[in-house]
Amino acid sequence: MNAIELAGSRRFRAEREDDWAALETLLTTAEKRSFKALSDDDLVALPTLYRATLSSLSVARATSLDADLIAYLEGLSARAYFFVYGVREGGWHRLKRFFARDWALAVQSLLPETLASLALLLIGTVAGVVLVTRDPSWYGAFVPQGLASGRNPDATAASLRATLYDGGAKQPLAVMAAFLFTHNAQIAIGAFALGFAYGVPTALLMLTTGCMMGAFFALFASHGLGLQLGGWMMIHGTTELFAVVLAGAAGFRIGRAVAFPGALSRQAAAQAAGRQAALVMAGVAMMLFVAGGLEGFARQLIRADDIRYAVAAGMLTLWLSYFYWPRRCG
Amino acid sequence: MAERPQFREARAERALVTPEGIALILELARGGQRFWAFMLDLLMIGALLVVLTLVCLFVAGVLLGAMGSSTPVESLEIVGVIWFLVSFVLRNCWFILFESGRRTATPGKRIMGIRVAARDGGRLTIDAVVARNLMRELEFFLPLSFLSYQAGQGGGGWTALAGLGWSLVFALFPLFNRDRLRVGDLIAGTWVLKTPRRRLGQDVTERSAAADQSEFAFTDAQLGAYGVFELQTLEDILRRGQPNAMRRPVDDPVTVAAAAIRTKIGYRGGDDYAFLAAYYAQVRGRLERGLLLGKRRRDKRDV
Repeated sequence: MNAIELAGSRRFRAEREDDWAALETLLTTAEKRSFKALSDDDLVALPTLYRATLSSLSVARATSLDADLIAYLEGLSARAYFFVYGVREGGWHRLKRFFARDWALAVQSLLPETLASLALLLIGTVAGVVLVTRDPSWYGAFVPQGLASGRNPDATAASLRATLYDGGAKQPLAVMAAFLFTHNAQIAIGAFALGFAYGVPTALLMLTTGCMMGAFFALFASHGLGLQLGGWMMIHGTTELFAVVLAGAAGFRIGRAVAFPGALSRQAAAQAAGRQAALVMAGVAMMLFVAGGLEGFARQLIRADDIRYAVAAGMLTLWLSYFYWPRRCG
Repeated sequence: MAERPQFREARAERALVTPEGIALILELARGGQRFWAFMLDLLMIGALLVVLTLVCLFVAGVLLGAMGSSTPVESLEIVGVIWFLVSFVLRNCWFILFESGRRTATPGKRIMGIRVAARDGGRLTIDAVVARNLMRELEFFLPLSFLSYQAGQGGGGWTALAGLGWSLVFALFPLFNRDRLRVGDLIAGTWVLKTPRRRLGQDVTERSAAADQSEFAFTDAQLGAYGVFELQTLEDILRRGQPNAMRRPVDDPVTVAAAAIRTKIGYRGGDDYAFLAAYYAQVRGRLERGLLLGKRRRDKRDV
């Protein structure tokens, strides 16, 4: 008697079960191994099986009371959905597009924030120079002892000069490059993430970085070494500071979107800003890698001021023309 | 899932409408799952770092032994570089690399059975993964740095305490919104879902087909005592129960349910499991016929 009564929902399952199993096998293969493990036939079959399963799900919801079956179909459909509509483009292709267009376009779209970030850095620098020139006791407030490593107001001009030209000789160059890269990258990531708090901590970070540079400059300038310090700092600084300014800009973009979402909902605005800023940040990490290399190797190997300045100007031109060269959108 | 149908309403479910026009039900990951997944990932990263350090020290020792003490610093250079770069990659790229993979989950998440997905149902882009993971600097490492700063100050610094409180706003962000988004999720447009389940169990009516069910005959009134909710609870009990147990303990769900139903519908006789299976099969047949006629009886109070 019950065999007849249940005929509907049981026959439904018996007839469609093979399709579900086939879809499940395909998905498992693709998830465990790779998309490429699927044959051409499989790829053609996948969307068909996915739609068949979706249709089974609607039928089951409407006509079956087997909770286990419905839950299974929900799960299978969701997995297939993520697969059918969630396929990523190949990593290589994506990488090529990132360098050819996406990164530069994202940087261009951050132009107002980039200017603001740069302005804060410059304000900090000027403040650092002015304050330390007037009263050297400010120096200790801006430059942490660990970072100063002997470059103090009471140091002699000769010892300061030595730090500019053979300071790195005692340390292995490559290790220092690697350390500087990781250290700076972490700071840049911090500047980005802190942007979420309406950009205020990011602004502070840009200001203090500027103050530190300014204090450094004032100290060396007071011994007549200002020009030389510029070469020492800028050979990698044009790359590194550009990267930090961009990281700050990315943070500001997020903070701005959260504080002033405009016509979008706050969530949608944050999301749009976040994705764009993340694109910039992926590139910033790469710039810092380059900067670490310049700081660790080039600065220690090149001792002449004019060549240092030439490298600095060359890098800056390179970055500026790469980012702001007009590109077609879309 | 089928095991607790009575909690269906309370679960954090979100509907995602596919382009085919069908609403898929997705379930948000629980806070605990996400916390432990993160802890597992941290443990794995920490373990890898320890291994990395040991290997580097070992290699350095071998190099020193081979070369003598002639130029130790120069030869150790490469070991130091590798250590710095690998530890940086571990801290920052572990999450990004795994989440941009096909399973969109780190090993920790995979163990906890959860995965990352785009909130709009579209594909999870690498930009989104980068954004959600860089934000961890704000959510996890910032409070941590305030904590260590405070510890450095001897626990008394009011500034550090205020800073900690401020940074905890970001760390505890997921507790204060509906979709349990952390700041990174908000920025990236993602959320974390339970991984869909994978197994299709046997139809309960097939499972009990071995038992002779023709000995159970119910009247229409007896079959009409319950609705869908009770039916699916019964399905769950049958799925977990032992069909051919010789003797059941008094508090076995099968025994309890059989006694309750027998009292309600006034029926005697037969083995408990066989009785429940037969009753389930016939009630389901009756309710499914109702569905075809457009009548869904939610539970026993729904008439």
